[in-house]
Amino acid sequence: MDMNEIKEIFFQECEEQLAELESGLLKLNDGDRDPETVNAVFRAVHSIKGGAGAFGLDDLVSFAHVFETTLDCVRSNKLEPTQDVLKVMLKSADVLADLTNAARDGGSVDEARSRTLIRELEALAHGEVPAAAEAPAPKPVAAAPAPVVVEKPPVNDEGFQPIPFSFGDFDEEGADHYVPTVQVSFKPKKDLYAKGNEAVLLLRDVSRLGEMSVYCDMDALPTLDKMNPEEAYFSWKISVTTEKGEDGVRSVFEFAEWDCDLDIQTIEEDVVSEASGDEELPMQPVPFDLSMLDDGGAAAADEPAIIESDAAAAVAAAETATKVAQVASRAAENKAAAAASAASAAQANQAAAAGQTIRVDLDRVDRLINLVGELVINQAMLSQSVVENDNNGTSSINMGLEELQQLTREIQDSVMAIRAQPVKPVFQRMARTVREIADITGKSVRLITEGENTEVDKTVIDKLAEPLTHMIRNAVDHGLEMPEKREALGKNPEGTVRLTAKHRSGRIVIELADDGAGINREKVRQKAIDNDLIAADANLSDEEIDNLIFHAGFSTADKVSDLSGRGVGMDVVKRSIQALGGRISISSKPGQGSVFTMSLPLTLAVLDGMVVTVAGQTLVVPLTAIVETLQPEASAIHSFGASQRLISIRNSFCPLVDVGKILNFRATQANPIEGVALLVESEGGGQRALMVDAIQGQRQVVIKSLEANYTHVPGIAAATILGDGRVALILDVDAVVAASRGQSLKQDISLAATG
Amino acid sequence: MKKKVLTVDDSRTIRNMLLVTLNNAGFETIQAEDGVEGLEVLENANPDVIVTDINMPRLDGFGFIEGVRRNEKYRAIPILVLTTESDAEKKNRARQAGATGWIVKPFDPTKLIDAIERVTA
Repeated sequence: MDMNEIKEIFFQECEEQLAELESGLLKLNDGDRDPETVNAVFRAVHSIKGGAGAFGLDDLVSFAHVFETTLDCVRSNKLEPTQDVLKVMLKSADVLADLTNAARDGGSVDEARSRTLIRELEALAHGEVPAAAEAPAPKPVAAAPAPVVVEKPPVNDEGFQPIPFSFGDFDEEGADHYVPTVQVSFKPKKDLYAKGNEAVLLLRDVSRLGEMSVYCDMDALPTLDKMNPEEAYFSWKISVTTEKGEDGVRSVFEFAEWDCDLDIQTIEEDVVSEASGDEELPMQPVPFDLSMLDDGGAAAADEPAIIESDAAAAVAAAETATKVAQVASRAAENKAAAAASAASAAQANQAAAAGQTIRVDLDRVDRLINLVGELVINQAMLSQSVVENDNNGTSSINMGLEELQQLTREIQDSVMAIRAQPVKPVFQRMARTVREIADITGKSVRLITEGENTEVDKTVIDKLAEPLTHMIRNAVDHGLEMPEKREALGKNPEGTVRLTAKHRSGRIVIELADDGAGINREKVRQKAIDNDLIAADANLSDEEIDNLIFHAGFSTADKVSDLSGRGVGMDVVKRSIQALGGRISISSKPGQGSVFTMSLPLTLAVLDGMVVTVAGQTLVVPLTAIVETLQPEASAIHSFGASQRLISIRNSFCPLVDVGKILNFRATQANPIEGVALLVESEGGGQRALMVDAIQGQRQVVIKSLEANYTHVPGIAAATILGDGRVALILDVDAVVAASRGQSLKQDISLAATG
Repeated sequence: MKKKVLTVDDSRTIRNMLLVTLNNAGFETIQAEDGVEGLEVLENANPDVIVTDINMPRLDGFGFIEGVRRNEKYRAIPILVLTTESDAEKKNRARQAGATGWIVKPFDPTKLIDAIERVTA
């Protein structure tokens, strides 16, 4: 693994953390005051900062740092997370996401926005809380126009900086070069050992600084029977001559200085020489041999015996002190500790069971899906040829085939489940959209999401974001009234947009409801007349008027606003939903708001279909569209106008549509009595009876895109390969129904849909 | 013999960086994602030194250090705290919990290895 791979991991992680951050902030916004929520939010920003620092992503680090500081105030209860505070934080989360994306993809960030937010965050951390202002975090923002001055990675004051050490230093020592001698008095406390520090290691590090002599004071050591193995009994007097001076020595004791009595002084050279002779303590220069650490006390041979033993004893004693403590502690068995660790292990297992995931490259899954698709087709073909060649229905081959079919189906379902993802990420993105539009329009909006764990194929999710964003923009921009107006109407000045996802009969249904003014039907109607979409005297139901907004180029806003006027209308939304094999409809109540309902297939890879014959061609009709099938009787067929026919079903009339005629398979309408009618539910509500010649059966088919391999064919949604190896076309029911109104298929089906 | 390091950090990024840095420096590395897992892994890992983050879900660094220090078998293991938080308060708390030393993030490999060398024989 190299740094680039780790960086890739970092960005993946950022995405998760950003999602965590946003959902946490939204929870806080809803009044959640669980400290763990605050902690999770803090951790998310903290992690991003930590990783960003490692990769030198300075913009990201400095913004995250300010954000983190403010969040820390919330965490330590210095700052109350009010709605206003959270508003700033949610915006900051958006900017953090932008910065992350910019760091990854090299895009640019709205610097003015991030500067403003940094100021706001700092104001929250300092301004509102005087206590926190006393110890402000270093401001990463310069007064100069330079966007964000990079804050140096925080280095602590004591300056734990590794001191490079090389033996070359000694060679440079000239005779006249003054090298300070530092005297250290070091008396460890019990805690020093308890925290995993070791006197012997500290002595070793001091010895690496320069020439060292050491004396160990063992006077405090009691007799063995009185000795507590965990107590610290030794103290040391060290004298080291080092280039690094007092500070260098002090840095060695950085980790230990709280847990020992430490006195470090630089001695003047003459003082040293005077003192060395008649020092009260026997300060003998002892070459500190590192090998003693390994050999457990072998001393340098060429020293006088007495000194040797002193030195060896000093080091050995230090070692013994720690070793004894270690042996004692390892021998001891503590039931409480064991129980605690067992409990924590159990807890860990639980958590592990909850969320074990692996990450897989999407390409691999797609490949698998394709292969399974082929397998399904192959299995169908195999079944068919066996059935055709084998008259004995009970043969073991048939039974095996049946099992194979079942297994194939299960494999397919399982593979589809791999691609299934909760709609949560898309919904979370919508929260940001709402915030931004609310900001621009000056409206106060609350987004409520429900069912965000509803799962749907990843392709569907990816393609859902754009139409959804547009619809949310519309809902806030056009749907909701200004706060003053809402108040005047007796509504809550804060508008509500509700985004819901749920599974319903093998499809995912997404609803977007606002509690705004609803559709102004008079205005829509007038606009439609002005644009020649409908005749001035057309008699339209409320529902039909509402659906006019899906017409191309239709916009009811008097002024084309910055938000909605991007040349994208609801017609585009409708078309992208249809491209996903979905349907969209609207229902609206004046003064109470509108509800957009989208129904989408759970997957774009397979489809349950009814295989039918039309004019000698085999077609597949999506099962989800079919309400019922019936055999028309002559008495139920009624002629209407020149060529239209109606069928009466349970006392209501329903237009009869000959699929063969619509698709130009034949020039004249077939006799309805010889065929089968499929009652389908169409887009703008209302039912149609589609006439086909015969039903072959019901089957799961693998969708093969026509657009990808050929070109779009009006009235045809896609193609599939049947068991006998033939290609069958999948009928675009809505397009056919729409075409039946205009009697021919048009490319622009959405225009015809409501006409 | 290779020295064994147990790292405890919830960030996948940092875990990977530690892994690469430590492996390159010739250490054997064992990793855990939070304090709870850290204590669990500790039981069989018997590391020479522990490097831990502070801000972690489930059990944070302070709790983890206290847990190690309460463990009769492993309480003498040196623990280095790895965190971006450099202010004295956090460091104090880590020390009171029983940390041996600390490394300030973002760390560079020399700094990390140096600190580990410092607390291990």
